[in-house]
Amino acid sequence: MARLRHYLPHLVLALGAAAMLLPFYWMVLTSIRSPSEIFDVSLWPVPKTFSGGENYAQAASSVPMARFMLNGLIVCGGILAVQVLTSVPAAYALAKLRFPGRRIMLALVIAALCVPVQALALPLFVGLARAQLLNTYFAMMAPFFLSVFAIFLFHQSFRSYPDEIIEAARMDGFSEMEICWRLVLRGSLPSLAAFAVFSVVAHWNDLYWPMIVINKTELAPPPLGMLFFSDAETGANYGALMAGATIITAPIVLCFLLARRHFIAGITMTGVK
Amino acid sequence: MTTLDVSVSAAGPARPVRSAAERRLIRKGLLFAAPAMVLMVAIYGLPLVMLGGFSLTDYQLGAIDWSFVGLSNFTKAFHDPVFLRAMANTALYAAIVIPCGVFGALGIALLVHGRRRSRALWETAYFLPVTATLVAMATVWQFLLHPTLGPVNAAIKALGFEPVSFLGTPALLIPTMALIGVWQILGFNMVLFLAGLTAIPKDLTEAARMDGAKSPVDRFLTVTWPMLGPTTMFVVVTSSITAFKVFETVAVLTKGRSGSETLLYELYLEGFDYSNTGYAAALTLIFLAIVLVLSIGQTLRMERKVHY
Repeated sequence: MARLRHYLPHLVLALGAAAMLLPFYWMVLTSIRSPSEIFDVSLWPVPKTFSGGENYAQAASSVPMARFMLNGLIVCGGILAVQVLTSVPAAYALAKLRFPGRRIMLALVIAALCVPVQALALPLFVGLARAQLLNTYFAMMAPFFLSVFAIFLFHQSFRSYPDEIIEAARMDGFSEMEICWRLVLRGSLPSLAAFAVFSVVAHWNDLYWPMIVINKTELAPPPLGMLFFSDAETGANYGALMAGATIITAPIVLCFLLARRHFIAGITMTGVK
Repeated sequence: MTTLDVSVSAAGPARPVRSAAERRLIRKGLLFAAPAMVLMVAIYGLPLVMLGGFSLTDYQLGAIDWSFVGLSNFTKAFHDPVFLRAMANTALYAAIVIPCGVFGALGIALLVHGRRRSRALWETAYFLPVTATLVAMATVWQFLLHPTLGPVNAAIKALGFEPVSFLGTPALLIPTMALIGVWQILGFNMVLFLAGLTAIPKDLTEAARMDGAKSPVDRFLTVTWPMLGPTTMFVVVTSSITAFKVFETVAVLTKGRSGSETLLYELYLEGFDYSNTGYAAALTLIFLAIVLVLSIGQTLRMERKVHY
């Protein structure tokens, strides 16, 4: 009885975890099985004939899979770079510089935090369509150039940076730019890392906005590419489809497994404020 | 518009004379904040004004003529059977995802919290779906739930029941998508609950034990559950906002067929597929109102934490 009490939580957790991981297992397993085994619903991990090569080759040849990944990289990298460039100075100004309009700006940042991007999509789309900018990397990135969440996060973190050090640096002739980027931001590197994870994961996985502004296959980021692929492969070849899903899911999942703590901190950051 | 306010008040004559160093810092402050402010106007300010404007017109993207129609887009929305169905579907989806996603995660967190050596393992397993690209995973789920080729139905048949066509039965479409929604959100909520559980002082549980709360259930009800109040509140709010934004699973699994439209998917169709800009703007405002109502309490709490 005591033993059961000891092992019961593990048992329950293991059953739950098996259900959580089943889709991943099934995805990878199907991606290395041959199409003839499709009617074999067994969960046995070793396929009768290993067809991973064919499946992955077909996923990569029927849609430009490498291009999707490159697009994802460009979009996520571009968004993150501009977000950091615009939000760090603003957060520094809000936290450490007294300027008129500061309070209004902080209030606006907090108000903007509750406006989801889906609510802004329609006018942004009309604007981009009028400017003939649909189907460009710029259109995919533009709505995210400003992250009010980054401003909020960095503001909270920069505030605790000692004013004495800033004063001393000013005396030593540091410019405000140098103080902001070389001193204050360096004191908040964990926040920067967490925000980077948050931003990259959100935009790597985002479907809504790319689906609105992109309809060219060669510009599609991974989720949109996956949608094009699954719409084209209407159930005919599950092996290739699962190979595609594996390729698209792998980068973030692998990063997560390698840097678990950072990932959990980054993604759930919205919760610890 | 805000940058304008700022420059006006900066030049106000009633201000005391400032030293050169102070004026330099004010100038730097404005300069540093300027790019973010400009983007704020371009990404939030103008679009919200445009959205309000569109919602009062019958504008269609690409059309030359448009006219003011007052509030008729809103009255139309509340008589539009498709939109009403999308609302009902989204509400049903939320009604499944919120309780299962919140209480399921609480249960998992309570179990994981007690583990010492295996904690990292369980955390990883349950958190994995949060990081995975939902579009790709929805495709996998489609296959998993396939009536003849999927292992889920194979298990159902092995247990002696009739196979269930999860994505072929209209009444099951929303519950099936909700199942995927719960699968994706559990790990996220679990981590939030774990953070809340870690913050509960050990002495408190000990004190409750001394006071006669002998069984774990008693201790949970007298200490853990009340102490988790703010965390639970937060988890409920974020889960409901996530639930009202359900989109990817619809886009992959049904494309809104057989009456499985949801709020955001219907909005997408009206605004970007049918180009009914004016009508879609009204729907967007309804969507925004729902999200704002859900997040208002949370925002006020955050506002109190910011020291101006």
